[in-house]
Amino acid sequence: MIQPEGREGMSLIVRTVCRWVKGFILLYGIYIVLYGHLTPGGGFSGGVIAASAYVLLVLAEGERSALAVFSRSAAATGDSLGVLVFWGMALAGLLLAGGFAVNFWTTPASARFTLLSSGIIPVCNMGIGVKVCCSLYLVCLVLFAARQRIFQEDEKGDSP
Amino acid sequence: MLEIILLALVFLMIVGALVAIETPHVLYAVISLGAVGFLLSIVFLFLSAPDLAITQLAVEVITLVLLLQATARGAGEKVAPEGGLVGRLATGTLVLLLALAGGRMLAEFPPFGQPVMDRFADAPSNHYLREGLPQTGAANIVTAVLLDFRAYDTLGEASVLFCAVLGALSVLRRPARTRPEEATGNEETGEEPDARLDEPEQGEGPS
Repeated sequence: MIQPEGREGMSLIVRTVCRWVKGFILLYGIYIVLYGHLTPGGGFSGGVIAASAYVLLVLAEGERSALAVFSRSAAATGDSLGVLVFWGMALAGLLLAGGFAVNFWTTPASARFTLLSSGIIPVCNMGIGVKVCCSLYLVCLVLFAARQRIFQEDEKGDSP
Repeated sequence: MLEIILLALVFLMIVGALVAIETPHVLYAVISLGAVGFLLSIVFLFLSAPDLAITQLAVEVITLVLLLQATARGAGEKVAPEGGLVGRLATGTLVLLLALAGGRMLAEFPPFGQPVMDRFADAPSNHYLREGLPQTGAANIVTAVLLDFRAYDTLGEASVLFCAVLGALSVLRRPARTRPEEATGNEETGEEPDARLDEPEQGEGPS
């Protein structure tokens, strides 16, 4: 997968297609997360789709370009932040409504089927989406790096 | 009509699973496994579970990429099928037991198209279907159950995922360099640590 000029990633065709497609994949993931309480989908599936955009970036353009767009520390921060948002919402229910994970933010019945309805559910969905996206991206990065390390050691062992 | 489509899809899934087990090529096995996953996603779609279909499709893509990456080096490798008499006997017994248990379970099922829990008037599923929209305001009943009625479960699931990622990052991290004074007599420690997973340094970005 290494280009002749020493560049990481795949061929020019793959990189061009990736450049066009990655934004739409990310947008679709964000849509699935934001409309999770209205249409099929939710935090987990939307997060996986958004993560696949970044995994595509890692595969097509190489780890270095992907890390320049979405650094490892940003992914780790997002990973922790998503869980904290969800836990914060659950604890806020305990403080404000007297029950753990209670939906404390009641919306009027006229707001049904709109984006700003159903209280804390969209907020939790966003937290889960960010968390799943960042953690899958991190896991893929680490697994690809570990694979390359193992193969490099294999090659070193094969040709003494 | 729906049952015929589902039977055809399940038949194709079984064929794909058998190919994945029996083929000697690792690459073919991975591709067949991906086909099984995509067919399962279509089955979910026909059973009016689009939430599951989307999740299955997205997870299947990531899994396929990871499996292909893991086996790309040995793509042309052939794996010799192994199995002695004892292994075959054990497998046969297990399959027989599973078939018996599955047949017993299917005999208790309501006919196709009838919800399992709908037979009891005070079943929790009826309560969720009735009260889901008025109580939570979420039009998608699956999300209403996942994040409102059963938010505690989902919270635990998110925490488990967090711990799993933490564990994966700890186990698969780059091995630490040993200190120079401890490294005497060890030839491998002269290795240059490549900082691929760390932050890209200034001026070292993509050209």
